[in-house]
Amino acid sequence: MTTEVTGAGSTGSPHPGQAPDQRSRGGRRGKAEQVGRTRELSTGFIVSRIAVLGIVAALLIYALPPLIQTEAWTALAVVGVVTALVAYLYLTPRHIPAKYLVPGTIFLFAFAIVPIVLTFVTAFTNFGDGHRGTKAEAIRAIETSSVTQVPGSPEYYLTIAERDGEMVFLLVDPATKAVQAGTADGLSPVDGAEVSLTGKVLSAAGYTLVPTAQAAERDAEISAFSVPTAGGAVKATGLSRAFEGKADKSYDAACDCVTSPSGGRWVADEVEGYFVDSEGRHLDQGWKVDVGFANFTRALTDPTISGHFLNVLVWNFVFAISAVATTFALGMIVALALHSPRVRGTKFYRIVLILPYAMPGFAMLLIWRDMFNTDFGLISKLFGVHDWLGTPTTARLGLIVINLWMGFPYMFLVITGALQAVPRELTDAARIDGASAWAGFRRVTLPLVLVALTPLLISSFGFNFNNFNNIKLVTNGGPYAIDNSTVGATDLLISYTYRVAGFDSGVADFGFAAAISVFIFAIVATVSTVAFWRSRAQEEVYS
Amino acid sequence: MRIRTAGVIAAAGLLMLGVAACGGSGEPAATPSKDKGNGKLVLWTDPTRAPVLKPFAEAFGKENGVTVEVKEISENQQQTFITASQQGSGPDIMVGAHDWIGNMVQNGAIDPVQLTAEQKAAFHPNAIKAVTFNGQIYGAPYAMENVALIRNTDLVPTAPATIEDLIKAGKDLKAAKKVQEILCVPFGAAGDVYHTYPLFSAAGGSLFGSTASGDPDPSKVTVNTPESIAALEKMKALGEKGEGAIKTSIGNENGIPSFVQKKCAFLISGPWSMNDVKKAGFAYDITAVPGFAAGGQAKPFLGVQAFYVAAKGKSKVLAQEFVANYVTNKDVALALYKADPRPAALTAAADAVKSLDPNAEKFVLAGANGIPMPAIPAMGAIWGPMANAEVAVVKGGDAKTAAEAAAKAITAEINK
Repeated sequence: MTTEVTGAGSTGSPHPGQAPDQRSRGGRRGKAEQVGRTRELSTGFIVSRIAVLGIVAALLIYALPPLIQTEAWTALAVVGVVTALVAYLYLTPRHIPAKYLVPGTIFLFAFAIVPIVLTFVTAFTNFGDGHRGTKAEAIRAIETSSVTQVPGSPEYYLTIAERDGEMVFLLVDPATKAVQAGTADGLSPVDGAEVSLTGKVLSAAGYTLVPTAQAAERDAEISAFSVPTAGGAVKATGLSRAFEGKADKSYDAACDCVTSPSGGRWVADEVEGYFVDSEGRHLDQGWKVDVGFANFTRALTDPTISGHFLNVLVWNFVFAISAVATTFALGMIVALALHSPRVRGTKFYRIVLILPYAMPGFAMLLIWRDMFNTDFGLISKLFGVHDWLGTPTTARLGLIVINLWMGFPYMFLVITGALQAVPRELTDAARIDGASAWAGFRRVTLPLVLVALTPLLISSFGFNFNNFNNIKLVTNGGPYAIDNSTVGATDLLISYTYRVAGFDSGVADFGFAAAISVFIFAIVATVSTVAFWRSRAQEEVYS
Repeated sequence: MRIRTAGVIAAAGLLMLGVAACGGSGEPAATPSKDKGNGKLVLWTDPTRAPVLKPFAEAFGKENGVTVEVKEISENQQQTFITASQQGSGPDIMVGAHDWIGNMVQNGAIDPVQLTAEQKAAFHPNAIKAVTFNGQIYGAPYAMENVALIRNTDLVPTAPATIEDLIKAGKDLKAAKKVQEILCVPFGAAGDVYHTYPLFSAAGGSLFGSTASGDPDPSKVTVNTPESIAALEKMKALGEKGEGAIKTSIGNENGIPSFVQKKCAFLISGPWSMNDVKKAGFAYDITAVPGFAAGGQAKPFLGVQAFYVAAKGKSKVLAQEFVANYVTNKDVALALYKADPRPAALTAAADAVKSLDPNAEKFVLAGANGIPMPAIPAMGAIWGPMANAEVAVVKGGDAKTAAEAAAKAITAEINK
């Protein structure tokens, strides 16, 4: 426990990363020979190194085919260079500090920096439902979904066959049982074919029938195969049926628009990422376009969004600060109580106190929600019937209470650890100097504990600032005012973002959500930087 | 020097491991034979349906000489499917609710399914209507569901003819201390547009106008028409400041249990409540949710479960064969029903199981007036604002204010 706290404290040290550096620099020259011998002797070391590097190489090989297939050359180059670098680094005896730093750096890039960059990039697009793919994909989807059966055409039974190595559709008209052969050139009658009762062709002179299992393998070929006819084209519907279909909409590159024989005309709008008709109505399928700062301006200027931003922000700070303050205070009280040498059965108490932390949070949140139920909940039974989560003040208080219950065991745990690192001589000395118990705590214990715990308090603030689960599962942002379904009294920025970005309704607008995430990122980053800066100053005073 | 030796050994081992890793993908997995080819079909569904569908999918695989993989997606199936499809790692067939169609189509994730006239005629007309979007059929329906009024016949022997009768019966029972609540309709603190839609529609309320082809029209939001405002007024009269029949304290988490524990004599719920209700140990009956004495019929939302052909699947022809020609078969539909008793969409299968399970038939009858839940993407904009308006009136708020606010929010969301 002691080492853990020291470790946590050193995160805030003014010169992070220098300690291992110095260690290696000091020891390298003298130990190089010895290190080499140790390595040579330990087969386990070689085997483990081979295994680890093998895994790295396997990951590279695993990543190659899809990257080549999608022609992602930049990504391919990055993966190749990183793998080569890792292989070189761990096969050479040099660059010992880098051996320690590189894995962490790679993970930092892959799991922190890349997502942040992607979020920023997404914020400048309209990526979301209806705008996920490219324009070509949208055109393909529009054309495919406009294919309808040619009125009055037969609903053919289909048998896949071959003639001279070329694929042929043998089509049986269900009404007349007449057999036709469909090729890329068109339809032609087939005489003397044997047809089963269910419409399968059993044999036909000059054609080799393709067994179902082999036809199933040639899926892409069958899917792409079409037999031109006067009214449209015959396409397969599965392996056993075919229909004569006609696309109602088609793309015309000359006017960059989609046209329909029935007179419709939808022109591509590269700003909206839609095909739009003269009345401003768009086709369902759109594509992804860059929208510049539109998402950011919308967040700042749209009155239904910006009008509530400040209220939400204030409550968000109130919630995050109260969450940290209450859990820290209760955790401290409990930890101090159990830290006293006069308390018996501390192990038992500690186990019981950790329980709320150990139980699955989602289930606990739902149980708390039900305990606040107006008519049937425990809270109503204890304190009288009241619409607890339907009244803004009690809903907010309720959330802080729930968070306190869920969060204090964590604080209790880390404070217990920090307390054990505070030397008893210091508190004893304070008492001998005549300090009261409170003064001793206030001036000796608390500052020392805070030095160790400030980074944790900051991370706890960051977590609670974005405490989506609590809000979503207990109140879902509510209660809402009668004329405002966009933002409720207990919405945090994150739950509010979730709603305005349409995730609640199942129609997601990732671009807009990313823009708001950038704002939240800026707020939390600012608060954290200021807090770290202050804690560093504090550390210099006390250490 | 020694270190270098270690390095060389490591490099050699590395090379071997690398070769071993890539060896698998180079050669064909198996030699194709006459009855077992290399074709592969991947089907995604939710965890409750996966075990039910597995044997049917495997039977299809045997019949066509292909390998079929049924994968369960535990959460957020629609978004998972769309995202995976977009990046080319999606399935060939997706199973899900029909109201996903609008969003899946606007993302180009599914293809239309060509059913023959004969195949279409074999389905319940409502089921075909539900999977039709912009004039195209996008899936093969296999099960239907809608809410109905489930009644404890020990307490209420005859089905109420009107909502007024229902309220009176509930109030009498409450006065006689036989129940605690007049009606259990899942509503909750957040509101529930789905479960209360029969009441809202019976009172004359509606969400969208319709296009020339009879589809819901997103450019005509009707939640603030005089009829819809009047309907919200009626919901207000049934709410917490009125009769107390619709309450925010009864939600999805406690609606069915309250009925089972005889806290209420009436429950508005769907076929999914049957497992619990059957175990309750009292006699019950399933009837349509009644209308108001002066007013139209209750129109519950119809939900249809369907199979979809993924637009970006790798085995599209096989997927079409499965969706258009296999699950539309009566015997397959019947077997599916036996494995998972939900009212079958295929009329022949539904008729065949009538005698086995009267409940399924009763739910279908209760949904006779129902309307398929709108599948247009704009429906996503309805849920939040409409639920909020209903919560506001149930708590005694002004119906007109609530309706206007909801209409404004919905229109803004659709036009954003």
